[in-house]
Amino acid sequence: MTGPIALYDDDEEPPALRDQAAANLRFIRDAMASSTAFTAVSGRGGMVMGATAVAAAVVASRTDSRDEWLMVWLLAAALAGAIGVVATHQKARVAGVSLFAGPGRKFALGLAPPLVAGALLTAVLLRSGDAGLLAGVWLLLYGVAVVTGGTFSVRIVPVMGACLMVLGAAALFSPAGWGNWYLAAGFGGLQIGFGALIARGFGG
Amino acid sequence: MAENAPRRGVHARAPLGAVDGGRTSSGAAALDRVIHERVRLAIVSALAVNETMTFNQLKALLATTDGNLSVHARKLEDAGYLACRKSFQGRTPRTEYRLTPAGREALERYLDHMEALIRATRG
Repeated sequence: MTGPIALYDDDEEPPALRDQAAANLRFIRDAMASSTAFTAVSGRGGMVMGATAVAAAVVASRTDSRDEWLMVWLLAAALAGAIGVVATHQKARVAGVSLFAGPGRKFALGLAPPLVAGALLTAVLLRSGDAGLLAGVWLLLYGVAVVTGGTFSVRIVPVMGACLMVLGAAALFSPAGWGNWYLAAGFGGLQIGFGALIARGFGG
Repeated sequence: MAENAPRRGVHARAPLGAVDGGRTSSGAAALDRVIHERVRLAIVSALAVNETMTFNQLKALLATTDGNLSVHARKLEDAGYLACRKSFQGRTPRTEYRLTPAGREALERYLDHMEALIRATRG
């Protein structure tokens, strides 16, 4: 931990006590923030999931039919989900905590409802022939899931969710043909970028 | 073995306590030296927002050594700020810490103290 605190020795005259006190408060806040983030979200896992999404976008762009396109993304989603679980599990194991205890559990419980809603909407949109809306709906609801799951985490997690939501909203109002690249930017770009920030700042 | 006032220097009075100057008589508490230390303050802060944390979790969070963490955790335990539970996960020993009500109060007092200090020197 590299907080700004500089607790001085007894025999030193404290230079600027107000700054010192403010730095101590910041240190406490940082310690609280990194400790909650530490157990909840795996940044490296997010980066690998992002890489999966970029690969999926490339493969999906070369498919000929809507069904093939869908299959590629569903497989990528399943793979990313598995990577997420494994990465979180590893992070929890290193820390010596159970995967389904504490902040990890809170994160999963917050994440789940929007993802279930997304799965339902996917089925409905496919049935009604509105598959062009899928990219926007996926990004929007995954974004909501990250925001709700990240409520108890450091701010960077819900911020990532909000960015995903913005991208999803833009995708919903863009031509259906752009959907694949919105997915690459959101599931790929945003997850890799934020994953790197989380990995660097909050314990892996 | 309680060590409520670890002595790191020769002065009896904590520098931050002295800042209150004339106001000390108004009952401003002397700075709690048990948590006025980098590692111990981080432990207490982290446990204020996590119900429990394991030894390994704290070690990774603080990027410190086993020995250093043990010493500081023990000081907090001795002061009654930390409760420690040892168990086994398979064959691996597992140490879990939680903040006691006294520990939470100590952190709140420390936060109040810092805020008072900022207010007192504002301007």
